[in-house]
Amino acid sequence: MENIFTTQLDKLISWGQRNSLWPLPFGTACCAIEFMSFVSSHYDVARFGAEVVRFSPRQSDLMIVAGTITDKLAPALKKIYDQMCEPKWVISMGACASSGGFYRAYHVMQGIDEIIPVDVYVPGCPPAPESLFDALLKLQEMIKKGGREKVLRG
Amino acid sequence: MTSNVEQKVIVKKLKSMFPESILEVTDFRGDLQILVDREKILEICRYLKTDKELNFNMLLDVCGVDYLQMNSQARFAVVYHMYSLNKKHRVRLKAFLNDDTPVVESVCSIWKSANWFEREAYDLFGIQFKNHPNLKRILTHPNFHGHPLRKDYDSTKRHPQVERRK
Amino acid sequence: MTLTVEPLERLGELMVVNIGPIHPATHGTIYLKAYLDGEVIVKAEPDVGYLHRCFEKMCETHPYHTVMPYTDRLNYCSCFMNNVGWAMAVEKLLGLEITPKCQYVRVILNEFNRIIDHMVCIGTNLVDVGALTNFWYAFQPREMVYTLLEKCCGARLTVNYCQIGGLIRDIPSDFDNESKTILKALPRFIEDIEGLITHNRIFIDRTKGINPVTADQAIDWGWTGPCLRACGVAYDVRKAHPYYDYDKFDFSIPTGTNGDVYDRYLVRIAEMYQSMKIIEQALEGLPDGPVTVKDNRYIFPEKENVYSNIESLMNHFKLVMHGIKPPVGEVYSYTEAANGELGFYLISDGGSHPYRVKVRPPCFAIFQAMEDMLPGHMIADLIAILGSLNLVMGELDR
Repeated sequence: MENIFTTQLDKLISWGQRNSLWPLPFGTACCAIEFMSFVSSHYDVARFGAEVVRFSPRQSDLMIVAGTITDKLAPALKKIYDQMCEPKWVISMGACASSGGFYRAYHVMQGIDEIIPVDVYVPGCPPAPESLFDALLKLQEMIKKGGREKVLRG
Repeated sequence: MTSNVEQKVIVKKLKSMFPESILEVTDFRGDLQILVDREKILEICRYLKTDKELNFNMLLDVCGVDYLQMNSQARFAVVYHMYSLNKKHRVRLKAFLNDDTPVVESVCSIWKSANWFEREAYDLFGIQFKNHPNLKRILTHPNFHGHPLRKDYDSTKRHPQVERRK
Repeated sequence: MTLTVEPLERLGELMVVNIGPIHPATHGTIYLKAYLDGEVIVKAEPDVGYLHRCFEKMCETHPYHTVMPYTDRLNYCSCFMNNVGWAMAVEKLLGLEITPKCQYVRVILNEFNRIIDHMVCIGTNLVDVGALTNFWYAFQPREMVYTLLEKCCGARLTVNYCQIGGLIRDIPSDFDNESKTILKALPRFIEDIEGLITHNRIFIDRTKGINPVTADQAIDWGWTGPCLRACGVAYDVRKAHPYYDYDKFDFSIPTGTNGDVYDRYLVRIAEMYQSMKIIEQALEGLPDGPVTVKDNRYIFPEKENVYSNIESLMNHFKLVMHGIKPPVGEVYSYTEAANGELGFYLISDGGSHPYRVKVRPPCFAIFQAMEDMLPGHMIADLIAILGSLNLVMGELDR
């Protein structure tokens, strides 16, 4: 009886978590503009429960790193990631956040996974909002399954 | 585009005020470029701004150039782009610097807009600007070593601030 | 309204607030260290470079035509304008004259990009002062223009549509109809925003008289664009040094009086109407013909020819592998971008890669004045001011 109760409770909690992800838009560059389109009325992320963008790491559970991260910004990224409470997920939006993009340069971090673990990578420069929805849905699937495998999905 | 007549006026006035400091005048694709002696840059800029006929009241840009891979009289140069809103003419001033100590007088006292542009030239090239109010790195992070836009700086050499995670 | 500011000796007793680099109300990665006495800013130390992506170094390591995608990412709210800026700089260096149709298409898309850039600025500025609804109103026209750009070149935001000597492909057949549909729909969105905001007591209280800038101050700091025009200086590169037949179009330069945050908002709204006027006239007079110059040294051949014709294949190969080789020389080319005068200073050593590229970003000059201008304002005013300056870090930090 107890086991059935806890598994059903887990399912309920996971349903709650994945349908009410509160993103922290760590937007730096062009991908942030596509992120703004993602939350605007045309694409409307509110349908998926993730429209409550909270810029405070204490209040959010999903960090969407949208844009190039430079070496100057890296300590801030690490600090904000560390300040988020568990459970937390990270979507690396765009080519620059995933791998440095086409900036093989002296000040650009070649992917945020140098310093923080990433759950979903979204390729594109910038990825269209549809790609970002795909990433969000994939993340929701991952939360449903309960796993933490890294997934590359285009 | 500054017309030929205006260009002649600018050059004539400068040559009459600073006969030894105007080293070369070129016009390529309509851009007037004047090569000046770096020792006199402050006086020349002040004259360009205050003279009623020239009236270059806006400093658009200050940047550094590294001529390591091109033939030129010195390695580093500072380039100033100026514009006059009333007269609608533009000029580019270039001053080559001494290779061992690339130093030039700051023009912040003449145009406030020179402030951050000179800091950027210092950050990316290592050009020192005398009497600059706050000559610190601006674009790269404070723990960066070297001057990245120099030709002998490898474009992929990073100085990461956070350790890679395992 | 003047507020008393405490002397700097008391700096140690003041509260230090770090604003940024990630903050909902800094549009991009700006860092401002504000020393506060209560709510009043005593000293503000701005810091930039958090998005320094080494654009100028990348230019030195890439051939001329592959620099184009990097320019998209400069002012990423109006990407096409940066493409035009770069194409103009290289075309000036080469002494190349582009076709009339290309000029008109570049003008039309430039003005559409100006409108959408102003939409972002106004939308996000209003969100910061508390008016969220206008953000949705402002982003809907962006989607319409994105659809047009997608039809032209396949990309929404970072279009990479210009080529040196023209455009990468011709405009679609329904370009005229699509543009006219957008022009018909746009005024409604601008009127909706104006109806809610322009005479709104709260907005006027928050923005009128905040950060007034005199014309002399603005010129001394090197300001250009809407921020300069809000101070009363009618300087617009399109009128002062017309390019691409801008002197043939009938449009005016809106200016403000005080240079405060309210005036900057009004100037941007007025500029959007003027841009629509220019687009209408350009669509009327859109000439026929090719969009690229006929010169194999610079223009990529059509893809069908590359796959069927040996000369085109060799031409394509040479352009990709060796690039274009402009003459030795230096040029400074400038356009009126959405934020002000966007300049490209380009030095060529005759090789296939630019020797030195310096971008003169309009918001670099605008933001450096903030250290001088912010003390005396309250922290809430700071947010309104930063939003009104339209700082785009891609351009500022390059």
